[in-house]
Amino acid sequence: MIDPDTDIGGPLHKFPVTNHSAIINARSDDQLIRRRAFDTILASYWKPAYKYVRLKWHAGNEDAKDLTQGFFAHAFEKNYFAGYDARKASFQTYLRTCLDGFVANERKAGARLKRGGDMDHYQLDFAAAEDELAFHASTNLNPEDYFHREWVRWMFTLSVEAFRQRCADLGRTIHFQLFERYDLSDDKISYASLANEFGLDTATVNNYLAAARRDFRRIVLEKLREITATDEEFRTEARSLLGVNPE
Amino acid sequence: MKWLSDDKLNHLRNVVSEPDFGATKYTFVKELGRGGMGAVYLAEDRELDRLVAIKVLNTPETTEDLRNRMVREAQIIARLEHPGIVPVHDVGTLPDGRIYYAMKYVRGSRLDEYATQGASLRDRLRKFQAVCDAVAFAHAHGVIHRDLKPQNIMIGSFGEVLVLDWGVAKLLAGENMSYSSYTTYSHAADTSDGTVIGTQNYMSPEQARGEIDQLDERADVYSLGAVLQFLLNDQPKVSKGAQAVCAKAMSQTKESRYATASDLSADVGRLLDAEPVSAYRENAFERVSRWVSKNRFLVLLVLAYLLMRIFLIFTSRR
Repeated sequence: MIDPDTDIGGPLHKFPVTNHSAIINARSDDQLIRRRAFDTILASYWKPAYKYVRLKWHAGNEDAKDLTQGFFAHAFEKNYFAGYDARKASFQTYLRTCLDGFVANERKAGARLKRGGDMDHYQLDFAAAEDELAFHASTNLNPEDYFHREWVRWMFTLSVEAFRQRCADLGRTIHFQLFERYDLSDDKISYASLANEFGLDTATVNNYLAAARRDFRRIVLEKLREITATDEEFRTEARSLLGVNPE
Repeated sequence: MKWLSDDKLNHLRNVVSEPDFGATKYTFVKELGRGGMGAVYLAEDRELDRLVAIKVLNTPETTEDLRNRMVREAQIIARLEHPGIVPVHDVGTLPDGRIYYAMKYVRGSRLDEYATQGASLRDRLRKFQAVCDAVAFAHAHGVIHRDLKPQNIMIGSFGEVLVLDWGVAKLLAGENMSYSSYTTYSHAADTSDGTVIGTQNYMSPEQARGEIDQLDERADVYSLGAVLQFLLNDQPKVSKGAQAVCAKAMSQTKESRYATASDLSADVGRLLDAEPVSAYRENAFERVSRWVSKNRFLVLLVLAYLLMRIFLIFTSRR
């Protein structure tokens, strides 16, 4: 098969270990580190996992809720994520495969087990996830692509919230407000209108927005780095997340 | 948390993937394309009021190795002053740490697009010869491209030929001391033996095997042969000489290839002039038919003269 793209890599290509990776920390012997890593993975994946179970496995909302909670509880108990090997697949694919296996086993057992007792302290907003499903009840995507798209959506949603919080912490609320008005609202608005609205000159709006976007970008990548195991996987997922097909 | 629609999601993806030229003298216009190492954008140089093509490393967090490679690419091209090599105007770092370099914005078509626009065989060979000449110039200055392919060759609006994308170029050891300022980024520093760099179907066997230390000008000669083959693929009548030129350039062992891009260019020139090429030994019949084809006008003139003489002899006897 012809590959028109320049290829840089080869048999001796090395995959250095990523710092601050929840995937790496999920293997830790330290219970606290492992717990924190699990929290990060759960926060990053529960919503796409829930939607995926609803779509692919045609689960009702209560069933999907139990299966999702059960899966993550089981994953923590059995230390699923420690078994991930970055050389074989992306973590996202690994998690989805584990989820499929879990749901298939549950279905095979014929009984919906009420799991997730350990998950009760997590406030997973299933009602919001259910509302969102209404926006994309019909999709032409296959379940795998659907899972990926919802994961991307969730990563950006989390990043927006993290950005909002960081701006508040740093006293830079105006940066977030400009970003929110220009990049998140449905209104088509010019820099000049924003300048007028916020009592700034256009050049300042330009500078603030550029800085806001730069910070937002950094947050998106930080989040991604947390849930990838290797630099190679990070780069591949980043390209995918930023809308560029890595292949 | 607020729900992000598909439109909003796509917008945010663009926001984080587009380069931020805020701290530079450039204004983002649009994306032109993406390659193995980075994306190329069209931007306006506000100071000089002109359009430029800006290559930005696409990887979100550049490693030192990739950073060095980008800087090296810009330095290599900046030193290769040749009409067939796209000039670099500027090198810099974006606020997010990504390296960029601004190049001349070439209006025109890539060679693969050009080939679909009905160019004649002669035109294709002329363009190919210009590519060989640019590559030969780079070789003469101790640089091998390592990623020659139709997608990295532009045909400008006025027919000029430009070789792009020197991102994986390699300096030949011991060459031209004027390159000493960037020999710290020599192949040993950024690509170890066993690392495959290039494009399948256009890279030499030794390059595909990752034998970095074995690469020399003849690796580019192989790629040029593959480019020539690409240009000949859809042509109805390709002479045995042209086929032999391709085959020689693409020999599996580098010792059997043309020693230099100039030698390949010379053989292509012979093809254009209907002269015998070094890559193919003709038999007597082929030699005559090539001579006839080259001197068609003269042959027709002689034939016409002979026919007239015969006619005159025939009519005078009556």
